[in-house]
Amino acid sequence: MKIHEYQARQILQQAGIAVPPAQVVRSPQEAGQAFTKFACPMCVVKAQVYAGGRGKAGFVKLVKSADEAREAAQFMLSNRMVSYQTGPDGVPVNVLIVAPGVDIAKEFYLGITVDRAANTITLIASSEGGVEIEEVARKTPEKVLKVPLHPLLGLQPYQATELAYRLGFEGKMVRQAAGMMMSLVKVFRQTDASLVEINPLVITKQGELLAIDAKINFDDNALFRHEEIAQMADETQERPLDVRAHKANLNYIQLDGNIGCLVNGAGLAMATMDIIKLHGGEPANFLDVGGSVTAEGAIEAFRILLADQAVKGILVNIFGGIAKTDLIAEALVQAGREVGFAVPVVVRLEGTNVDRAREILSAAQSQLPTLITATDLADAAAKVTAAVEKAA
Amino acid sequence: MSILVNSNTKVICQGITGAAGAFHTKGCLDYGTQMVGGVTPGKGGQKDANGLPIFNTVHQAVQATAADATMIFVPPPFAADAIMEAVDAGIRVVVAITEGIPVQDMIKVKAFMAGRQPTSCCCSTPPVLIGPNCPGIITPGQCKIGIMPGYIHLPTDKAASGKSVGIISRSGTLTYEAVWQCASRGIGQSTAVGIGGDPIKGINFIECLDLFNKDPQTDAIIMIGEIGGSDESDAAAWAKANVKKPIVGFIAGRTAPAGKRMGHAGAIISGGDDTAQAKIKNLQAAGIHVADSPATIGQTMARALGISA
Repeated sequence: MKIHEYQARQILQQAGIAVPPAQVVRSPQEAGQAFTKFACPMCVVKAQVYAGGRGKAGFVKLVKSADEAREAAQFMLSNRMVSYQTGPDGVPVNVLIVAPGVDIAKEFYLGITVDRAANTITLIASSEGGVEIEEVARKTPEKVLKVPLHPLLGLQPYQATELAYRLGFEGKMVRQAAGMMMSLVKVFRQTDASLVEINPLVITKQGELLAIDAKINFDDNALFRHEEIAQMADETQERPLDVRAHKANLNYIQLDGNIGCLVNGAGLAMATMDIIKLHGGEPANFLDVGGSVTAEGAIEAFRILLADQAVKGILVNIFGGIAKTDLIAEALVQAGREVGFAVPVVVRLEGTNVDRAREILSAAQSQLPTLITATDLADAAAKVTAAVEKAA
Repeated sequence: MSILVNSNTKVICQGITGAAGAFHTKGCLDYGTQMVGGVTPGKGGQKDANGLPIFNTVHQAVQATAADATMIFVPPPFAADAIMEAVDAGIRVVVAITEGIPVQDMIKVKAFMAGRQPTSCCCSTPPVLIGPNCPGIITPGQCKIGIMPGYIHLPTDKAASGKSVGIISRSGTLTYEAVWQCASRGIGQSTAVGIGGDPIKGINFIECLDLFNKDPQTDAIIMIGEIGGSDESDAAAWAKANVKKPIVGFIAGRTAPAGKRMGHAGAIISGGDDTAQAKIKNLQAAGIHVADSPATIGQTMARALGISA
């Protein structure tokens, strides 16, 4: 789960990490007032969205007067932000922050993530802050420092101090930087985060150490024990169909193609997308209905697929293990009766109760004229891409 | 032969009185697995619908039944604890089916298990965790521990081609797909292991490759991976140096966009070396036969084994 930058700043602040002052605003008037309040020559106005690429999209702006602040806020709040991360529809902007300009002397990167190979969490730091860390890792891997942490004890003070020295901190800044690292690890572990990033972490010309931009993602599986974090979720930042699927306990991600997929199992769902592409089609979504899908869940899955206007054909691929194929077949028939299938629906079923499932489908064939059955995965992919091409 | 489990394996189910635990205990019994009991705290002394004894703790269950494997269906908030309990009770093969265990809980489990010595007199290896978030493990015709449909599998002694493969997979249903494609070509399976879709997990590709490599009844190996992490690439490099048997690979997620979590907690492209394309390249460089399509895994294996497809 993602949260906004202003929320991440709050969490860091509560943990004792120094973040520069900023005002959360929701209107151009408030933005102007915030500029006036800070009474400094320059402020930055930043849109609060989950997606990256804000700067290039014009949703981070330097302003030199209250009027400019109002103008920037007006633009951001009345336009959706489109970047390489959002898809063509972009995301809405409802909240901004206004922050006084900071005189930066030096920028760093500080992050924590899960290291799958080492079965622990790893602290990542670089003296090349303010740019994409992946970029730094590619061009100058020696400048990305990694410290795997003890899985039970976390970061030890000596490790933090050593890392601070390796990053080039000097004098009393060493202690400050090490302290910030200790706090950051504490935040990660206490909140069940999956990613914490401060980029950039800066030393100002006045000699202060400040976390300028903060990003925190959380482990969805641990939200059950973090009610206060779960409440921070901002549904306006997700595609509406993604939100709806999430509520129905479906693993769904809307993509940009025109062939809807309904599959059980994440691996098979990805492989189904892949085989559609191999046959020249474009998947409209990833959808794993899961093993313990109910009839209601399966019907809602069909509704969600059909609610996507881009969908011109559907491929149902179920290899029943825990998921029973007859349940899916019944849900398919019921969904067809309820909403009507205006597009071709290719069905490939295998596994638990498959004979019963095939009976259900053939009995309903006359009511569902667009239903096409397939014998295996390749046959299904070929049939759905051909049907969609024919319709186009 | 087989790896990890066979007809002598005695299995308990942790969470046997829950809906999923009860359903799949019956499924495993029906398949012929030696199910010997179950654990649900507070229900010790009762029997389940199949007449299996229920115990309050894994220690009690092991003492009474000599179980050496467990199948865990305990809900996510308590699943990590259930795994550690099983390990502490001397269970040799711990199969965690549960989906949705927090990553930090699994980090604790791994630390708990690190450096463990063999715990029971009858085995010489330390405890093995399979999963979590996996379909389980099956040695066809002998022992099924998990949620996979048993009937699609082909035991080695019934394989018309005379050849059998070991299967290692991060994905459940995609494993069924591979099993089905092999079985319908007369290729048996020595053992199929679902290692699970989580970022922090038990047994990995390399450990399974090692076991299959040493197993005389395994003629070849299928590795099914997906986007995220570096396990497949690490395994490919290891296999190049250590495995002489033919390996067929498939990587799911060629069309997955970066930054989106594809169902599995571990299936997310974050760096650049963890895309399907990068992994396929690494597998091919190690001499692994990579199937282009999920529909040609069986065919690719038949060719690698010299069986007409």
